[in-house]
Parts: sequence; structure tokens; C-alpha cells
Amino acid sequence: MKQREVRVTVNGREYRGSVEPRKLLTDFLRDDLGFTGTHVGCEQGVCGACTILLNGEPVRSCLLFAVQADGASLKTVEGLAPRPDQLHPLQEKFWELHALQCGFCTPGILLTAEALLREIPEPSESEIREWISGNLCRCTGYVNIVSAIQEAAKVLRRKQET
Amino acid sequence: MKPASFDYHDPSSLDEALELMAQFGDDARPLAGGQSLVPLMNFRLLRPAHLVDLNRIDALSYVREKNGALYIGAMTRQRQLERAPAVAQRWLLLQEATAFIGHVQIRNRGTVGGSLAHAFPSAELPIAMATLDASMVLQSKKTRRVVSAEEFFVSTMSTAIEPGELLTEIRVPAPPDHAGSSYKEVNRRHGDFALAAAAALVALDDSGRIVRCRLTFAGATPLRAREVERSLVGEMPSAALFEEAARHATEKLEQDSDVHASAEYRRQASATLARRALSQAAERAAQRARGAVQ
Repeated sequence: MKQREVRVTVNGREYRGSVEPRKLLTDFLRDDLGFTGTHVGCEQGVCGACTILLNGEPVRSCLLFAVQADGASLKTVEGLAPRPDQLHPLQEKFWELHALQCGFCTPGILLTAEALLREIPEPSESEIREWISGNLCRCTGYVNIVSAIQEAAKVLRRKQET
Repeated sequence: MKPASFDYHDPSSLDEALELMAQFGDDARPLAGGQSLVPLMNFRLLRPAHLVDLNRIDALSYVREKNGALYIGAMTRQRQLERAPAVAQRWLLLQEATAFIGHVQIRNRGTVGGSLAHAFPSAELPIAMATLDASMVLQSKKTRRVVSAEEFFVSTMSTAIEPGELLTEIRVPAPPDHAGSSYKEVNRRHGDFALAAAAALVALDDSGRIVRCRLTFAGATPLRAREVERSLVGEMPSAALFEEAARHATEKLEQDSDVHASAEYRRQASATLARRALSQAAERAAQRARGAVQ
């Protein structure tokens, strides 16, 4: 089987790999590079658990081949926190407000929310719901997720001001 | 590994891509945004021998306004179309329809050309393009032709694209003066495919009478209600007029029954959506006309 070289930047660090063209980006991140925070749910683009940031934009990593990411900059949930001993405001608020139960959908939702708050720093509830509509959560009922994103938005706005 | 193996090609120019499409013909599948093709490959419902990835061809990604018309490169992301200033100003229908496609994550990758070429029944962009009298540019290594939306959508997931051809550009003519449009759809959950959808365009003359109308429904292919479109020309917009037009247009509308909804439900929903779309399009057209007078 013909292999292709792939070079990607993940969470600010460069990685190289050799893959079959049919290898999905999700599997490359998890199995080859060890970023197991990217979860594999439906593998058909419906559930959003595998959402990562591709050049800053949230995308389904199960609908991309690893070869397509060659040269791209990726962010996974492992790259969200600024330091090993400190959480990102979104993570902090998800923890505080009980916005997760089993946690399976959480990485995808965090990355979607991170992109949302960069684009719309003060989103309305309906904007938040519109953005996370592509991420299925079967535990929480979404209410606490929406609150956590709203609270994190406040923290991020305060940080911007100072 | 989910998909069956394939040979991967990632040309950086259209010429190279067309060369590959000519070389592999039916064995090759172009990969645009991959939001429909990759799930089908993950399920192994499709096992193309060659995948020609168009994502490195930057020249196919653009939204340009020229002489009043809109030119959209086939690889333009749906999200790019949705956010293009020209679209918000003059082709609101495209913006409204695109917002219904999947979710942000899907539209970040999904392309305008990919959605049209996939021609999934009840997909939003085919309905919008049919309503706007758009035409599609199809290119092969040796040929280049322009087909109307009507010729382009042949049947469920089937288009006029021949083996070796690629859809390269979508051309949307300038909307008439004093025109308004509207897109409406109903689905069970945000981002689902439409159970029923209607798109309308209404243009008015200086006296406020309808001079042009387009009304399209979701179906196996986009379904234009031509008879009703013609019958509305010359009329003054009114709630009663649109109510009757919507009823007439949906009486025999071809709809399918499936686990999500019966054909009868879809016809009823289509009538309601058509009434709302026509009314809103006419209202927006009147607003535009007033704006032009001031």
C-alpha cells in the first residue's frame, strides 16, 4: 500500500507521519500521534465528538483524510489549556457549572465553543445553541453547557479588557 | 481504516485535475468538501479506485461580483458564501438557504460545488440555485459547457456532469430590479435535511405589480412551479393571492413518503412554506422598491 508523508502542526508542535491515504485524520491524531482527546463517535459526520480546529476553524476530523491535513495547523483539546497546571476558561466553567457528565462529547464542544468565542465574543443564547447544534450530548440536556459557555465568554471578555 | 483503499491524487491546478479525470474516467471521484462523500466511503457504500482531491486548487475558490452577476468558484466553502458581503446585499436567498446546511463545522468544509454535484434530494443549494436561474460551468480536459439549473439536476443524486467533467463555476445572474427573495424549510432538528422546503423570488414593477416570480420546492430534484409562477405575473401581491398560489402549486406536488414524513404531510407543509416565502419575498421586494424611490 502506497504511503504518503504528512507533516502537521498540532497544538503548536510539528509532527511527521507516514500514512495510507485512506487513514482518517481522527485515527491519525489518536493512533499515530497519541491525541486521544479527539473522540471517535459516529464516524459519519453527525455527532461532532471528533471536532478539532483546522487552521482555526472547527471541522469534523472523521470526514478528513490525514493526507489532506498536510501542511495544516491543528488544535485538539490537549492544546486548549495554556499550561499543564491551568485550565482554559471554557474548561474551568464546564467544570464549575457541571456542563459535562460522561465527557464523551466535551472535547468537540470545547473546541467549537473556543472558535465561537473568537468570532462572537458576546454570543446570545440562540447563537450558542446554533453553534453547538453540530455537537451531540446525550447526558446534560445542554442547559449547563450553554451557561458554561456564557460564563466563559465573560471571563474571556474581562481578560481582553485588562 | 474505514474506507476501502484508493489511489490519492492532490493536483494543485485545474488543468492537472482535468487531466486526472480524463485519465481515470468513471474510476475517479472528485473530492470537494467531503461532507457527503467521506461518510459514504466510511460506510464503504462507495469505493472509488481514484480520489482526485480538489482542495489544493485555490483558483476554484472565490465569490466575485461582475456586471451585477455573481460568480462562485465550485470549491468555495459554504461558510465563505454565507459570509460574502455581496451575497448578504443582493442574494439573500443564498445566505438564508446556506444557513440551513448542516452545522458550522460542516459548512466550514462543505463546498458550493460539492453540494450541487451531489444533488441530494431536498438539499438547500440546488433549490436556491434553481430559484435564482443559476447556471453551472462544466469542464473536461477538452470541453467547456454551461448548463442551466434545469438541465443540471437530472434526478435523485444524478446530474448532467459526464465522466471526466468537473463542475468548476456557478453563475448567478443579477436579480431583477425591485426583487425580493425568501427561503423557508421545515425539519425535525437543526441541521437535518428538509422535510419540506420552498424558495421564492418576486420582482415588482413601479406600480407594485408582479413582473417576475420564481417558486421552487424540495423534491427528487428542485421542483419549479412554472404554471403558478406565470399566473402570478401582472397581479398585485396580497395574502389571498399567495394563499391560493401556494395551494395550487402543491396540490399535485411530487413528494415521497418515508419514515420521517408522509407525502401528504410534505405537501401540506410545502403549501404553508410557499405562502410564507412568497409573502416575504414580495415584502422585501416592496421594501427595495421604496428604498429606490427615496
